[in-house]
Amino acid sequence: MKELLIDFLLVFAVGGGFCVIAQLLIDFTKITPARILVSYVVAGVILTAVGIYEPLIKLAGCGASTPLTGFGYALARGVEGAVRDRGLVGALTGGLTGTAGGITAAMTCGFIAALVFHGKPKT
Amino acid sequence: MAGGSQLLRIQNPPSIVSSAAVVGRKEFEGPLGADFDLHADDDKFGMDTWEKAESEMQRLAFGLMLKKGVIKETDVDAIFAGDLLNQCTGSSFGLLDFNIPYFGLYGACSTMAESMMLAALMVGNGVFQRAAAVCSSHFCSAERQFRFPIEYGGQRTPTSQWTVTGAGAMLLAKDGNGPYVTEVMPGISVQKGVKDANNMGAAMAPAAVDTLKRYFSCSGAVPEDFDAILTGDLGQIGHEITAEMLYAVGFNIKKMYNDCGLMIYSAKTQDVHAGGSGCGCSGSIMCGPVMKRFRNGTYNNILFIGTGALMSPGSVQQGMPIAGIAHLVRISSTLPACGGGGEGVSP
Amino acid sequence: MNLDPKTYEKYAKSHAKKSPVLKDCACAFLVGGVICCIAEGIYRLYLHLGMPEVNVRIMTPVTIVALAALLTGLGWFDKIAKFAGAGTLVPITGFANAVVSPAIDTKAEGFVLGVGAKMFIIAGPVIVYGTIASVIWGVIYYFLHNGGIL
Repeated sequence: MKELLIDFLLVFAVGGGFCVIAQLLIDFTKITPARILVSYVVAGVILTAVGIYEPLIKLAGCGASTPLTGFGYALARGVEGAVRDRGLVGALTGGLTGTAGGITAAMTCGFIAALVFHGKPKT
Repeated sequence: MAGGSQLLRIQNPPSIVSSAAVVGRKEFEGPLGADFDLHADDDKFGMDTWEKAESEMQRLAFGLMLKKGVIKETDVDAIFAGDLLNQCTGSSFGLLDFNIPYFGLYGACSTMAESMMLAALMVGNGVFQRAAAVCSSHFCSAERQFRFPIEYGGQRTPTSQWTVTGAGAMLLAKDGNGPYVTEVMPGISVQKGVKDANNMGAAMAPAAVDTLKRYFSCSGAVPEDFDAILTGDLGQIGHEITAEMLYAVGFNIKKMYNDCGLMIYSAKTQDVHAGGSGCGCSGSIMCGPVMKRFRNGTYNNILFIGTGALMSPGSVQQGMPIAGIAHLVRISSTLPACGGGGEGVSP
Repeated sequence: MNLDPKTYEKYAKSHAKKSPVLKDCACAFLVGGVICCIAEGIYRLYLHLGMPEVNVRIMTPVTIVALAALLTGLGWFDKIAKFAGAGTLVPITGFANAVVSPAIDTKAEGFVLGVGAKMFIIAGPVIVYGTIASVIWGVIYYFLHNGGIL
């Protein structure tokens, strides 16, 4: 039980930490949210490449895989596996293969949402 | 006309004979809610897109204005109308039903002042007997065009303003018992390097300062002559800057100065950050609450300065600074005494 | 008081209210942390239900994406995001919202040129630059791997 609590606390702290860094960037710099998302994904690829992100995933699980840096991690991991299996061609196929689930889910959900929902006014 | 200063004293000041304001729910729930003629609870006005809803607001406002003034459609010689949508479709579709000559305007959020000014000049100079000034903005259609999809989850910066869902329509006629549009002063675009599309107030304030400075310098009027000096949608930041910059050049307007963007929402309870914005902001305030105050005698003499930020999403993305414009309209419940400032002609 | 643009910018900035950084960060930390914990809970639940771990790794973000899409469609997501700021933006919920919100919003322009074309108008760059970064890393990895370094 105590172990579970510590696990979740780590997930919370690391996941929340990624969000705080982004919030500081939004509040203190002129970086727009769209640019932050792009930077986070690219940063995730780089951090995985230099070997920092894997230990973070082991430590914090979904606390590291849920933020968009985790999306970058999935891209990098995907491309590594594909390169090992198929050589240089894998550099072209691995990234999107590794993230296919999330992207396809977003696309499908977007389409279904467009079918089902209507825009609502903001208050 | 005072040479070079662009102050236009209208020879035969036209009378504002009727007006109507239509707003959305948030505006209705604001401190001036009771002074608007009509509102829709869902901001859709029975339409299926936000753009159609905006057009419908103009149609309703114009129709209501005719009805309130007991004026026939055929008695209106021209409409001057504008909005924020690309190619001014809000106005062109909204006023399609009326068989009246139509001039589409783009003055960004200054459209109410621009259309009033042109209508007043045309009527005052005998070109038309009656001309209408109409404008609108809708939070959702503006958000879609200028910012993000409605359902997008983003945080607004403290300097950002909330586009007003509202439309205003006003009829100016040669004959009437006032209030009269006695003077107008077209704005000059002023650009002071502001690039932040989330800080329109700061981008537009220098234009308002420029217009007011020119006006006080050449009209002979002083701020104390007016019951109110109202800018269109400078919001909290633009309001502060305008008052301060004018004070620095010797015009203290702080006592009677207010901004439609600050009047339309409650800053405490409605979470609109720096205030309201959009053509519909000054449009609905002028055609609703302000005209009501003229009727009940609270206002006898005011200056209305419609303010606009001249930009597009593309220009902002390309790093172009935002220029501001401010058109001034003077409204009085009485006709100016002979001469006014030495140049006007009494009727 | 005829200010040049640079002086005016400084002057205007002095009037602009600052973002409430401390509150913003606390909200982002709280909501971001909670979202990640929900993801972790789902991850463990799927494992517990006997789903193979390879699939759990895919199905966990997929579930979060679906939840975020539902909240977006119901019009609740933007209300949470207004409070959470980066707390909903940074987790994959922000990506899902960036895809689903234009999809709903552009329905009026039709399903091909509206929904289909505009779906990735905000999230597209994330995929483009993420993928390009992965290609670059893939090429580097190829040489490191063949050179026996990795």
